[in-house]
Amino acid sequence: MNLKELSKRKEVFVSGHRMCPGCGAGIVARQVTLAANMPIVVASATGCVEVSSSIYPFTSWKVPWIHNAFENAAATLSGVEAAYNALKKKGKIKKDIKFIAIGGDGGTYDIGLQSLSGTLERGHNLLYVCYDNEAYMNTGIQRSSATPFGAETKTDPYGKLRQGKQEFKKNLTEVVAAHGIPYAAQASIGYWNDLNMKVEKALSVKGPSFINVLSPCIPGWGVPANTTIKIAKLATETCFWPLYEVENGKYTINFDPEDKKKQIIEWIKLQKRFSHLMEPANKPIIDKIQAKVDSDWELLKKKTKL
Amino acid sequence: MTEQTKKEKNMLGLTGAEAAAHAMKQINPEVVACYPITPQTEIMHTFSKYVADGDVDTEFVRVESEHSAMSATVGAAAAGIRAMTATSSQGLALMHEIVYITSGLRLPIVMPVVNRALSAPINIHCDHTDTMAERDSGWLQFYCESAEEVYHMIFIALKLAENEKVLLPAMVCQDGFITSHGVENLREIETKKIKSFIGTYNPKHSLLDIEHPISSGSIFFYDYFFEARRQQIDAIEQAKLLYPKVAKEFEKISGVYYDFVEEYNLKDAEYVIVAMSSTCGTVKDVVDFLRKQGKKVGLLKIRVFRPFPNEEIVKLLKDKKKVAILDRAIAPGSYAPLFSEIRSVFYESDKKPEIYSYMFGLGGRDVTLDNIESVFSDLMNNKKEKINYLGLRE
Repeated sequence: MNLKELSKRKEVFVSGHRMCPGCGAGIVARQVTLAANMPIVVASATGCVEVSSSIYPFTSWKVPWIHNAFENAAATLSGVEAAYNALKKKGKIKKDIKFIAIGGDGGTYDIGLQSLSGTLERGHNLLYVCYDNEAYMNTGIQRSSATPFGAETKTDPYGKLRQGKQEFKKNLTEVVAAHGIPYAAQASIGYWNDLNMKVEKALSVKGPSFINVLSPCIPGWGVPANTTIKIAKLATETCFWPLYEVENGKYTINFDPEDKKKQIIEWIKLQKRFSHLMEPANKPIIDKIQAKVDSDWELLKKKTKL
Repeated sequence: MTEQTKKEKNMLGLTGAEAAAHAMKQINPEVVACYPITPQTEIMHTFSKYVADGDVDTEFVRVESEHSAMSATVGAAAAGIRAMTATSSQGLALMHEIVYITSGLRLPIVMPVVNRALSAPINIHCDHTDTMAERDSGWLQFYCESAEEVYHMIFIALKLAENEKVLLPAMVCQDGFITSHGVENLREIETKKIKSFIGTYNPKHSLLDIEHPISSGSIFFYDYFFEARRQQIDAIEQAKLLYPKVAKEFEKISGVYYDFVEEYNLKDAEYVIVAMSSTCGTVKDVVDFLRKQGKKVGLLKIRVFRPFPNEEIVKLLKDKKKVAILDRAIAPGSYAPLFSEIRSVFYESDKKPEIYSYMFGLGGRDVTLDNIESVFSDLMNNKKEKINYLGLRE
C-alpha cells in the first residue's frame, strides 16, 4: 500500500465532524475505514468519535453506523453480525459485509470490557478498534485504566499528597489476546502503513479481531495540535507503546528501535499532563516509569520467541 | 372426528414460560439474544431446545449479561430483522439503560418478561416492581393472567409493535413461578395462521442496506431532542388507536378478543376489584363465590397497561360504589402505581367511585381466596382506610 493509492479510495468517514484540531481519534476513524475498503457496518461506543461525528441532523458516516450506549459497542455489533448471518443463511443477503466497532479507552478498557470479552469469547466475525487516548477525554479528562502512571487528569490532579495517577496502565492488548482470538494487535496513528496492514489482516481472519491504536489527545495530553503524529511516534520509539501482533497466539513485533530506543523522558517532557514530573524531586517517578517500560519491552520480546 | 376431539387436538399443556417460548418458535425470529435469570430461564431453555433441534432458523446469541442481551437485540433489530429477548427482575434492571434506547431508536422488539421482585432483599418470586420500574420507558406493556394469554398476547404485541405508525418495543408480562412454572392448557394456533397474522417485517431502514447507509443513534441536542420524544408519545397514542383493530384481527385466528381490559361480572357490580395478571384468576373465583350469595361484586382486569386505557376505565368504573385497586408493587413515598394512575384518570370525571389501594403479594407472598374475600368485605362494610396492605404481618 502506498499513500497515493490510499488517497484514491472513497472516504467513508468524512469531514464536517467536530473533533478537535489535531485529534488522534479522528485519524483512527478515517484510517481504519479507508483501510477496510469494502462494505462495512460501524458501531461506535459513546465517546469523542461518536459525539463529534453524529450531531443530528448531520453525520460524518457514509457507511451504515450505529451508536447504542457507552459500554456496549461490541455486544451491539454482535447483534448486527448475528442478523447478517441469519439473512446470509436464508440467502436474503448476497454481499459480503464486514463489521467494525470503534470505542475509546473508557468504553473499551473500562466500562465496555465485559461486553467486549463476551463478544470475543462468542467468536463473532467482527473487528473491534480501540482508540486509546489514555483517559476519559469526552467528559473532560478523567483517569481511566488506560491512563499511564504519573499522568495528571482531572480526577488525579497533581497535589501535595498525590503526583498524578498512582497505578500503571492496564495492558488491554494482552487481556484481549488471552481470549485466544485469531488476531490481536497494537498499532499507532504514527504509523499509517502498519495500521493499514493490521486492519486488512484483522478483516481477513474468520472470527473476532482487535486492534488497540494509540491516539494522542490534544487537550488531554497537553500537546500542540500540530504534533499529534510526532507524539504518537515517540510513544513507540521509546517502547512505551510497541507495535505488535498476536496471530493465533504467535507474537510479532512490527517495529523494533533496537539501539535507537529513546528514553521515556523524551516522550514525557513534551506533554503537559506529565509536566509536574519535570521537577527534580519527582525524578524517582520517571525512573519508575522507565523501569516498567523496559521490563514490559523485554517481556514482549521474549514472547516473540515462544 | 367429533368436534370435541378436534378441539382437543389443538390443546397443549404448557407452562407460561413454555408458552412464551412456543410463541417465539412460531414467530421464528432471525435473532434471539438471551441471558439466564430465574424465573425467565425456562423460556430460554425451551427456546434453546428448538434451536438445537432445528425447529427455528434463529441465530441464538448466548450473551454474557442482560445488558448485552438487550444491546445485541437492539443491534440485530437495527439490522432490519425480527429480534427478541426475555428477562426478569434484576435482568430487566440491568437492561434499564438499553430499554430506553430501544424505544428511543424505535425498534419494535417484543420481550416476554417474567415478573419477579427486585433486590434487596434478594427474592426470586413474583411481584411487579421490575416492570413497573420501566413503565415510563416508552415500551408497550401487557400483563397476562394465564399461559394461554401470554402465548396469544405475544403475537398481538408483535403485530402492534411493528406497525409503521407505532414502531415501539413491547413487554409481555407474566407472573414469576405462578404463571411461568404452572402447567395450563392452551389452544395452539397453527403456525400457518400465525405467519399470515404477523406477516413479514420490512422496515424502511436497515444497517445492512449498504447502498442506503443510515446513522442510527445520533446525538440530538436541545434543538431536536424534545421533538424526538414527542414523536414517541405520538407513536404510543397511535398504538392505542390501532390496538382494537389488531385485537380484532387476532380474534379471527384465535376466537378470542383481547380488549384493553377484561370485565368479569362487572356490569351490575357495585363493589369492584381492579387487578392485573394471575391474581385475576383468584379474584374471579371469589367473585363467583360471593355472587352465589347475591353480592354485587365484580372484577376489572387491566391487560394493556401501556398505553393506559384511561377512558375505558372511567367508563367502566364511574358508576360503581367502591373500587379496590390491587397493586403487586409499591412506590415508596407515593401511591402504588396502578392505584395512582386510576385515581388520576378520575380527576376529570364528574362521577367517580370511592377508590382504595391494596398492596399485596410482594416477593411472591401468596394471595389467597380469603385475602381477596376480605377486600370485598372491606368495601362492603365501609372500611375507612384508603391505603391497605393485604396479607402483611404488621
